[in-house]
Amino acid sequence: MSTITKDGVSSPAPAKASPAKPRRGLRGSPTFNFWLFTGPFLIGLAIFVYLPILWSLYLSFFEARFTVTPSEFVGLDNYVTMLTDEEFIRSLVTFTIFAVFIVPLTWGTSLGLALMVNRLRFMRAFFRSVFFLPTAVSYVAASLVWKMSIFSGVRFGMLNTFLSLFGIDNTAWLASPDPPWYWLVILTVRLWLQAGFYMILFIAALQNIPQELYEAASIDGAKPGWQTFWHITLPQLRATSTAVILLLLVAAYQAFDEFFNLLNKTTWGRPPLVELYYKALGDSQDYGAGSAGALILTVLICLVTLLQGKFMGFGRGEESK
Amino acid sequence: MSAFRNSNLDRRTALRAALGLAAAGGLAACGGNTGRSSGGGAGLTQYFHAYGEAGTEQAIKRYAKAYKDSNVTTQWITGSNFESKLFASLLTDKAPDCFEFHPQLQMIESGQVADLSDLINPVKDDFNPADIASHTVDGKIYGIRMIDDPQFFFYRPSLFEKAGVEVPQTLEELIEAAAKLTTDKVKGAYLGNTLHSMINPLIWSAGAQHLDDKNQIAYHTDAVVDGFKQLRKLFTSGDLLLDAPTDFWDPSAINQGLTAMQWCGMWAMPQMQEALGDDLGIFPFPKVGDAGKQSVYNGGWSMFVNAKGKNLEATKEYVKWLWIDQKEYQEDWALSYGFHIPPRTSIAASADKLKSGLPAEGVKLFNEYGNFDNIGWTQASITALEDVLANSVRKGGDPDKELTKADAKVNKELKKLFG
Repeated sequence: MSTITKDGVSSPAPAKASPAKPRRGLRGSPTFNFWLFTGPFLIGLAIFVYLPILWSLYLSFFEARFTVTPSEFVGLDNYVTMLTDEEFIRSLVTFTIFAVFIVPLTWGTSLGLALMVNRLRFMRAFFRSVFFLPTAVSYVAASLVWKMSIFSGVRFGMLNTFLSLFGIDNTAWLASPDPPWYWLVILTVRLWLQAGFYMILFIAALQNIPQELYEAASIDGAKPGWQTFWHITLPQLRATSTAVILLLLVAAYQAFDEFFNLLNKTTWGRPPLVELYYKALGDSQDYGAGSAGALILTVLICLVTLLQGKFMGFGRGEESK
Repeated sequence: MSAFRNSNLDRRTALRAALGLAAAGGLAACGGNTGRSSGGGAGLTQYFHAYGEAGTEQAIKRYAKAYKDSNVTTQWITGSNFESKLFASLLTDKAPDCFEFHPQLQMIESGQVADLSDLINPVKDDFNPADIASHTVDGKIYGIRMIDDPQFFFYRPSLFEKAGVEVPQTLEELIEAAAKLTTDKVKGAYLGNTLHSMINPLIWSAGAQHLDDKNQIAYHTDAVVDGFKQLRKLFTSGDLLLDAPTDFWDPSAINQGLTAMQWCGMWAMPQMQEALGDDLGIFPFPKVGDAGKQSVYNGGWSMFVNAKGKNLEATKEYVKWLWIDQKEYQEDWALSYGFHIPPRTSIAASADKLKSGLPAEGVKLFNEYGNFDNIGWTQASITALEDVLANSVRKGGDPDKELTKADAKVNKELKKLFG
């Protein structure tokens, strides 16, 4: 219902009174509702994230072997120990090697899978599911399958059996760092586990690219295939690619399960989390040095993330481009 | 109207359901492997690592069930990180009341294990003296040995005969034997995937010790350095089985015909005999260098009581009942699943299964060449030498330099322990 004014412009009819009674008291308070819904999460965050971080900071200034309630203050000794620890520094190098390989490899594989699945006319949902399914597999389970079945060093290991058909001798894939075949095992297991997830992100981004762009390019004489991909698809995927690379880097920093399970008690192939595990929770049980290492690592991750964000423009609005 | 309301599930119902689930979860968490439906006294928890022999888990739970004064819950911890899980849990309120482990001084220094002298002293003379010595600090005994586990080489005499190989007396002979025994189907030797089990016998066979009488480093000798170099030679020879599906403690490698000789423990002897029949022999770790002597690692497991546990006295009662009083269970534990040597001399003397054949030979090697853990050789020192092995044997570094690096770590540990 509307009314006619002198200017001939209709004005909205007054709203009908709501049949629901207005809420009163705490339940009607937005502040109360905010705390009701976010409170439990914030309490969990405080107890399980911030408190341990603060406790870790406290422990890092104490001699804390076999105890988390230490009494001997050692100042910055633990930090000096970790920063001069050859193994901890080596773990950062291991991470760098891992990231250098796994980030572009996963980016390329997941983008390739996305392009392939997106072009399918039939069974698209089937293939999307097939490639996504490994994401549901635990890293530990996948590592054991890789270690004991595919890359087993004995003659009935799957890959060794296959290679023996060509007269190639058994290879102990994980026993020795020379040659470093263990990287092949680690990279393939992670690629298998995570490529499907990032493929889904790329498929979503691909489906958001306006078809008109391709049509306009076609009218302008652009050839379908590489030229279109390079000049239209890839630039349009820039924001998604940036997010994917950031996520991949963070995931690489958190690498633990496959290294821990595939390279049991080696001194090589230890990324920072595995190194810190052996320092703080493994046989050494040195919570002071482990905490110092964890905080150094946290600062490092923050720095790298900020630098990467600055370099790749993550989070920058369209208008600022 | 929300979908919630459509399904007649309002927020109160949802909240009630959630609380109900939480309560059910809490009640479920109160359960566990007590092995019985009810029981009296204090509720006790014991930690065990997962033994490879079939029936061991059931046996431990059966013993616990037979104890009437307390409800005893068993945590049977699978995986290869029993130590880490145990150490971490000992820092929390969920720490076990008693647990199996090896004698290590840092646990005593940090007040984690209780003095059990009053339980053991009345029967002290019935224990293997070396077992008592390895658990004693300043006259107090901190753990009860449950089983002794000698480790040595197992080999297939038929394959030795076929290759014209004699039982090796020295490490050089072992390397030569491995080369002669290797075929396209069978590798000469299997020493485990990490080779860590080689460290202790290598030190002893080279005529050295981990620590001397003054608790100072005694492992860093020329013979030990040479031993690591020889192990590297074996590692790169192509005659060593690497990356096997199971580690040295499991007899699968020799049972499946993957190797002609394997370092393993006496616990696996029954499984090997079942798979290989009489085609099985044993020999100690060969001597390393001219001044060396053959050695056998007398491993094993002991029961410790958590000194900070809430039920200290009740736990000591349980531990005494099972590992001092119940000789029947102790014999069953040592001999019914794998072969272990009972630390109680009276049980060992009456154990018919150990009196003849290969088990008797195992006992002989245990007595003749055996070396026990040093209580001052703790986890940090163990890890330091494991790194030496990884870096020099598997990675090709200089053993002398790696041992020097380990010396710094071990000295730091010794300073903390002994001042």
